Amino acid sequence: MSGKENKGGMKQLSPIDVYTLLPKTNCKECGEDNCMAFATKVVNREVNIDMCPPLLTKANEKNYKKLKEMLKPAVKEVTVGVGERAVKIGGKLVMYRHEFTYNNPTAIAIDVTDEMSDNEVLARVKYTQDFTYTYIGYNLQLQMIAVRSTSNDAEKFKATVKKVAENTILPIVLCSFDPAIIESGLMAIPKANPLIYAANKDNWKEMAELALMYKCPLAVSAPNDISLLKSMVKTLNQYGIENLVLDPGTFTRTGLVDTINNFTMIRRAACNLGDELLGFPTIGTPIAAWAETNNSETVNAWTEAHVASMLVTRFVDVLIMHGTEGWALLPLTVLRQNIYTDPRKPVAVKAGLRTFGTPDENSPVFMTSNFALTYYTVAQDIESSGIASYLIVVDSEGTAIDSGVAGRKLTAETVADAIKESGLEDKVKHRKLIIPGKASRISGEIEELSNWEVLVGPRDSSGIPKFVQDKWK
Amino acid sequence: MPERAEKNSDLKLPPEILDLLAGNDELELEDVEMIVEELQFIYQPGVMPALQRMVAARAKPTSLLDAPFALPVQKYPSQIVEVTLGATKSQGGSRGTTVTIGGEKSPAFYTFENPTINSPVVSLDVFDSKVPIPKAVKTNFNDAIEDPVSWAKYAVDKFGAQMITLHLVSIDPLNPKPSTPAEAAKTVEDVLQAVDVPLVVGGCGDPQKDLAVFEKVTAAAEGERLLISTVTLDMDIEKSAKLIKQYGHVALAFSPMDLNQARELNRRLLEFLPKEQIIMDTTTAALGYGLDYAYTIMERARLAGLMGDPELQQPMSSGTTNAWAAREAWQTMDPQWGDKGLRGPLWETVTGLTLLLAGVDLFMMLHPAAVKTLRNTVKRLTEKPGSVDLSQLANWVSTKF
Ligand code: SF4
Repeated sequence: MSGKENKGGMKQLSPIDVYTLLPKTNCKECGEDNCMAFATKVVNREVNIDMCPPLLTKANEKNYKKLKEMLKPAVKEVTVGVGERAVKIGGKLVMYRHEFTYNNPTAIAIDVTDEMSDNEVLARVKYTQDFTYTYIGYNLQLQMIAVRSTSNDAEKFKATVKKVAENTILPIVLCSFDPAIIESGLMAIPKANPLIYAANKDNWKEMAELALMYKCPLAVSAPNDISLLKSMVKTLNQYGIENLVLDPGTFTRTGLVDTINNFTMIRRAACNLGDELLGFPTIGTPIAAWAETNNSETVNAWTEAHVASMLVTRFVDVLIMHGTEGWALLPLTVLRQNIYTDPRKPVAVKAGLRTFGTPDENSPVFMTSNFALTYYTVAQDIESSGIASYLIVVDSEGTAIDSGVAGRKLTAETVADAIKESGLEDKVKHRKLIIPGKASRISGEIEELSNWEVLVGPRDSSGIPKFVQDKWK
Repeated sequence: MPERAEKNSDLKLPPEILDLLAGNDELELEDVEMIVEELQFIYQPGVMPALQRMVAARAKPTSLLDAPFALPVQKYPSQIVEVTLGATKSQGGSRGTTVTIGGEKSPAFYTFENPTINSPVVSLDVFDSKVPIPKAVKTNFNDAIEDPVSWAKYAVDKFGAQMITLHLVSIDPLNPKPSTPAEAAKTVEDVLQAVDVPLVVGGCGDPQKDLAVFEKVTAAAEGERLLISTVTLDMDIEKSAKLIKQYGHVALAFSPMDLNQARELNRRLLEFLPKEQIIMDTTTAALGYGLDYAYTIMERARLAGLMGDPELQQPMSSGTTNAWAAREAWQTMDPQWGDKGLRGPLWETVTGLTLLLAGVDLFMMLHPAAVKTLRNTVKRLTEKPGSVDLSQLANWVSTKF
């Protein structure tokens, strides 16, 4: 992108920009060798400027403020909820993930309504709070509960909000365009810092008063009208509300083109053109898929999930959803994890030898790549199989088996070297290596180079127990 | 300009405050006047923003303030190359239809900036011999997958495939009885007979064997403008490119998730081939198994191409079927994770849609539900912006469902 595009973005900042405003005494109180080293880490967002004690003194107040302003993210960070599962949304520094890691993964809220039975509400709340899937050492979770008023009865809404709050520590989104309903919800949880959904062109004054009174963040809804959205943001800022969340509307079928355009334009304006009025987190509502048609539940859940995935890719910070099917939420939460990993770090683990259980001189020897995902999957499968064994982790420069073989990063040479370095030739009597099915192409070459016999194992490591049972003697 | 402010011109109030003083009947005037008085004493640069905020906080607007929004459009010096696959009779082939991809002037679906020039296209996978195929996919094709000709026909007739990718996996030298280049070429001819959509012909990944097969295939299908999948850096590039040129086909330049290698391969192919005969594939990894890398490489390639990098201006292809390498796509899991008959195709769908937004122009896919969703989404994303009827908007906030 051109230089101009990066106004307010990341690229403009160099360590020198930060360095000039530091105390420049090289006192090392921050733990770095000198101010320049500290400045470099600040620019890379590895440390906070608050880690430099002299900067926090009165004498440096002006520079501190300048630095704060300079390092301010293009998209404001807003907190929803309180306590250990409070959620931070936004805080984005850049538009594209290759420019810098995205902060604050998209928060996913699951809805309940004030007309669901108590049992249903509680079951959905528990499902949402307990949802977890372990994926390469991360726990994929859901973040919030959205309470909708379908009854349009303030008392009913209040009772439901209360019930939800009593049963979860997850942050709550209060959903209604009627300020009286929202107010009754807020009265049930006056200190919970919920997100109010939403102010629109008709109710914004009343919603603004509520957001001020209860000091909570406010979503601003202007379907397909960014001009109106901006004008509401300006007005609400003027009103004294600083924590806003932008909703340009989510259309899951006709109008999807506008939805994708709107979220893209908002983020570009904020990150690359320095438009502060659009520099707020955004909220997408793929839940709309359920209200748009009379399709079957499966079709609605399918539509909701795949549209949600596109919104995760196109910059959205909060999603409200209705479907609780594992087949829909699993791909979505995995995608979110993928998009929010640090693109600068190859996902690799240390190469070398691992042991499982207490292997002896007759135990099987497996081989895999050092791509973290491959490694964790294989290691988990071997571990749960209970087979005492060795695993040689080959340095494939962090690529998976198939792409490593195709890209010549996992070669017979690297495997042969890894066998030698592992010292296994002193530890086992046999000379048999089990390689992944996806590396079968290089099996012959490995045999030639290493003088080990190669057994081509299963294509997926879940087949390891059966393979060992059938083939390992 | 309001009168009152003009009289105070020596005070140099910021415009926001002037607006407030001018237009608002519900101003808490006492507060504001007090501050304006204070201003005269303490005004100095640097203090202003804080005061401004105070004034703003106390003076609640009663009507919406104007904040004009200009479309954040950008100009790009370059355009993605347009490539046509398949050739009709009059063009020297025998296809009933052709497919054109690329030509884009903006990043994928930035249609506030430029319309999509050529809609991305999906090609359905067909294998020439038995490969492990997930059950969820198999059940959709019944017995048709027993041989490539009936499989291809089924994909076109039943699922309306715009293109077919014929994977010649039987040629793999690792097979007990690999098929010969002549046999492979015969299969290509049979499939060309059976369907009249453009064809992608894929090898087995062994650079020597693939080239030997391509030699026969390109000649046997002269003029059909096949997409030859794939040409890689470790192949005899000159020979491959010359074959593709001589017989009128298109090269699929495959590089393993590395922009420099993608550039180098395009550069070398461009020595022998016109740019309208090259498509690039920078590798697709499955959702959960490296999709993040695949996505970012493609997004960077597309942005670089638009910004003028002549070696990254080829349209992009994705082997989206790789999504099925993720065990979550095909494995029976704890019941909490639902029916794999839905989880699997959604896995492929999400992998494809993510790359669609990165700029992929051609998708090679497997499951009919994933194919259908991708094509529908492309259709929706190429509609004219602003045609949604807001009065018809579904109200998800208060509707029971
Ligand atoms: S603490 Fe501050 S002044 Fe001291 S070395 Fe670190 S950055 Fe420099």
